[in-house]
Amino acid sequence: MLYSDKVMDHFRNPRNMGTIDDADGIGEVGNAKCGDIMKMYLKIDRGIITDVKFNTFGCGSAIATSSMATEMIKGKSVKEALMLSNKAVVEALDGLPAQKIHCSVLAEEAVKAAIDNYYEKNPESFREDLFRLEDDEDSCSSGCGGCSGCGGF
Amino acid sequence: MQVYADNAATTKMSKKSFETTVSYMENEYGNPSSLYTIGQKAQEALVSARESIAGNLGCEPREITFTSGGSEADNQAIVSAAEIGIKKGKKHIISTEFEHHAVLHTLDKLKKRGFEITLLPVHSDGLVRVGELSKAIRPDTVLVTIMFANNEIGTLQPIAEIGKLCKEKGVIFHTDAVQAVGHVKVNVKELNIDMLSMSAHKFHGPKGAGLLYARKGILLSSIIEGGAQERGKRAGTENVPAIVGMAAAFTESCENMDANYQYVKGLRDILIDELSKIPHSKINGSVEKRLPGNVNICFEGIEGESLLLLLDDKGVSASSGSACTSGSLDPSHVLLALGLPHEIAHGSLRLSLSEYNTEEEVKHIIKVVPEVVEYLRSMSPVWKDLKEGRKEYVI
Ligand SMILES: Cc1ncc(COP(=O)(O)O)c(C=O)c1O
Ligand SMILES: [Zn+2]
Repeated sequence: MLYSDKVMDHFRNPRNMGTIDDADGIGEVGNAKCGDIMKMYLKIDRGIITDVKFNTFGCGSAIATSSMATEMIKGKSVKEALMLSNKAVVEALDGLPAQKIHCSVLAEEAVKAAIDNYYEKNPESFREDLFRLEDDEDSCSSGCGGCSGCGGF
Repeated sequence: MQVYADNAATTKMSKKSFETTVSYMENEYGNPSSLYTIGQKAQEALVSARESIAGNLGCEPREITFTSGGSEADNQAIVSAAEIGIKKGKKHIISTEFEHHAVLHTLDKLKKRGFEITLLPVHSDGLVRVGELSKAIRPDTVLVTIMFANNEIGTLQPIAEIGKLCKEKGVIFHTDAVQAVGHVKVNVKELNIDMLSMSAHKFHGPKGAGLLYARKGILLSSIIEGGAQERGKRAGTENVPAIVGMAAAFTESCENMDANYQYVKGLRDILIDELSKIPHSKINGSVEKRLPGNVNICFEGIEGESLLLLLDDKGVSASSGSACTSGSLDPSHVLLALGLPHEIAHGSLRLSLSEYNTEEEVKHIIKVVPEVVEYLRSMSPVWKDLKEGRKEYVI
């Protein structure tokens, strides 16, 4: 099988799938051209992510990484969520095929984009340093230009 | 219920083909080049396989060179034509944008050797225009290579007209007929085909056997050097079990072609009618000029790989032209050649039927595909944007 059991489990039974109407932060990353779009919704209360939901257009691993990422940040502080790396998501899923690392990069970025949106709406919360994690070890090499792993944006 | 609906990828061997193949593995296992009896029996089997296939293709037995399959036949056909072109100082080749990679990648290699390649458009219906081909032919054109039927969308090209035109203009015409033979009538003489590739595993024969037909007078260049098998045009001990299995499968397919065609097309049309009812879906390529078993449909707002994985969970084996199945981020070059935008091409589904499929299986497909499409749309941010009017529907 192309995917690990963990990936298939999250693909078949995605956790936290859906949207949040009164979300405190929303982030959308990817583009339909390269085949994956993730949208992340966060509910944040006093610096803690109390709820998170996602919508994803994409392949099996895009759905599985979205699901895993939401599970990994739910109940965590915003600061902790900002430290979520694509590598950690990949490890939690027992690995991804090389050409699918791209999807995990998107999952990390979707979380960050949603938090950015939260900070934009709540500048007062922006006191904390933003931990910009630049570990590129496991980054996307697909060259899609749609994620920072590609050296895109 | 398990439904195998990916017969364009490969097929289940027929009982007859399987039994023939196995008997040549078990009993008549001699080397056809050997002088003793079991070697000669294998040799005789090759002779009769070649004769029976030639009869069904409408050519002479010696115009057939057995290969390892469709890819090798495509490679050898194009390389041979290129060698002929080099001798004549003709280094222009015409093909289409949506050929199989066995053709396109071979042409890419020739480009590096100074050949000029023209790829004709196939338009939104997936059909080459003979008028455009005629205009593209130049005095230095040595080869036209256009597939008989496309492997993803099943569209049937105007092969008879192309053959006639190429004959008039004195250009070699090769067709990759891997998807067509055994399913629609192919007579190389009537259609003026100079070279043709076919592959056994697409019509219930074994994998790893195919052939290149080359009209008498077209000199083939060998791409595998070694022994003198296949009149020195293809070295290597012949894959006798697979070749006799191919001949058995081909005979069976040709004998039952009309009945199979009607039956498979009937099932296929039910699929097309029912799946087209899914909102914002689109059948890709001409429905009229199409292989009987092929359905290729795009669903807006979803992605093909997740569609395939969920269909597999529901027992349906199908295929998609999404990026994820191509190993790159680009969706299939075939769907892009039809002018489909990337985001639509990512959401494609190919179902390809054979005479082994049943009406119950088709009913199962009709039941599960809409369920899976709806589920994936329910989690798609693209679909949400479309539904809520933030984005325009494309289809
Ligand atoms: C149109 C076409 N050409 C060539 C091939 C390659 O044939 P084979 O798998 O026998 O090498 C295929 C099948 O994959 C095909 O569909
Ligand atoms: Zn990327």
